[in-house]
Amino acid sequence: MTKVLTDSRSIRIKGRSFLAVVLSPDLPLDEWLVLLDDLAARSAGFFLGRPVVLDVSDLAIDRAQLKSLIEELGQRSVRIMGIEGAKPSMMEPGMPPAMKGGRPAADFEVEEKEPQPVSEMRNSAPDKPAVPDHKPVVTQSLVINEPIRSGQSVIFPEGDVTIIGSVASGAEIIAGGSVHIYGALRGRVMAGSIGNASARIFCRRLEAELIAIDGVYKMAEDMDPRLLGQSVQLWLEGDAIMAETLI
Amino acid sequence: MGKVIVVTSGKGGVGKTTSTAALGAALAQRNEKVVVVDFDVGLRNLDLVMGAERRVVYDLVNVIQGDAKLPQALIRDKRLENLFLLPASQTRDKDNLTPEGVEWVIAELKRYFDWVICDSPAGIERGATLAMRHADVAVVVTNPEVSSVRDSDRIIGLLDSKTLKAERGERIEKHLLLTRYDATRAERGDMLKVEDVLDILSIPLIGIIPESTDVLRASNMGSPVTLADAKSAAAMAYFDAARRLAGEDLPITIPGERRGIFGKIFGRKAA
Repeated sequence: MTKVLTDSRSIRIKGRSFLAVVLSPDLPLDEWLVLLDDLAARSAGFFLGRPVVLDVSDLAIDRAQLKSLIEELGQRSVRIMGIEGAKPSMMEPGMPPAMKGGRPAADFEVEEKEPQPVSEMRNSAPDKPAVPDHKPVVTQSLVINEPIRSGQSVIFPEGDVTIIGSVASGAEIIAGGSVHIYGALRGRVMAGSIGNASARIFCRRLEAELIAIDGVYKMAEDMDPRLLGQSVQLWLEGDAIMAETLI
Repeated sequence: MGKVIVVTSGKGGVGKTTSTAALGAALAQRNEKVVVVDFDVGLRNLDLVMGAERRVVYDLVNVIQGDAKLPQALIRDKRLENLFLLPASQTRDKDNLTPEGVEWVIAELKRYFDWVICDSPAGIERGATLAMRHADVAVVVTNPEVSSVRDSDRIIGLLDSKTLKAERGERIEKHLLLTRYDATRAERGDMLKVEDVLDILSIPLIGIIPESTDVLRASNMGSPVTLADAKSAAAMAYFDAARRLAGEDLPITIPGERRGIFGKIFGRKAA
């Protein structure tokens, strides 16, 4: 039977990064597990609902030992979402996927708590987050005072990008926030690239090859010809890119 | 200390070599010492356009590899005594150009010449980046058509990032030389208009060279158009461009537009 695709909606694929806790066990494993139990006793629910990656890069263990380690951790309610630095021979189907390319982040601080009866611990865990409060996120901005030439690309996932000049055909801007172009936009612009549906694109003259907001794309040929050459702002409503001319 | 100019474009066949020769000869006629350097190792042409192909003994690669001294490789022009050519090698390839060797040659030339004009090969690879590396001024040669304009835009981006001046945080002076401009075709819309090219590239214009058979004829004769046919429209445009390079402030005329009446008369004749 053939399935006819009548739905005009497109599949959205986006990148997103999460902060995971990385556990790097030491040998011998049973001693390390004792230390882990001690930590769990002092900081209740530290691993609850938190993505945990197991780093075994400097660990001389084989497949059976890795499997039992994952089981031991499972019994302690530590759920492994991925394994980093394992040799292919150590992996087997059913194990969490191998991960690579991780970037270091700020160290986690474990909140110390007085030991409490188990029943109480379970109740208090969800409403008392063990994560230290993150500092308020300050939106950053990048201002470029010259035109972006063909072949150049500006990648700024941290926030807004403002270009005082034109963006040439064959150039691209990728911003985590909004993109403002005080000139002609002839190249490609991707705003809200790391999942920000409220990002917008502004330009003095729209002649773009491609624009995207939060993973929703629009090619030059899909754009309303009346908008071409105009001063335009573009934003996202649901899955549709909206556009209107600016004065 | 002399000024180092790179004549570059990205795209091939737009008139880099012709423009290098014409600007070199024009500057030399102002009684300034000029050397034109061919960086197109393996595909040299500047010696032909300068009419010196039979006099090449040593070349840039020989100098860089220490097989010849710099004065031995320089060829003095037979018509202008303060115009010199440093030819490229035809038998080697661009890998023989080392960054240190090029740096040394340019530094030496700057000591003796007022103008060191480097004729860049097409493309954005090693030869082109080495030719632009030590430049103080870039002349970006562009034809009024989209692919040439986009390639020039790419080259301007490289000039702003890969040259020594850019790496030191200084700005390299960039000028646009629009060549093979045909006023009638631009009017018909077959070619990009001057203002469209300027709008896209947004660098100052140093001259507009009209499409002309005089240029081709001069090249085939082995003479820069500014020497062979100094009264032709193309030569005049090159002379003006050279004066602007030397710092003079001249208004730019778009070829064909000032002779509006003649254009109309010729137009009727043709019809």
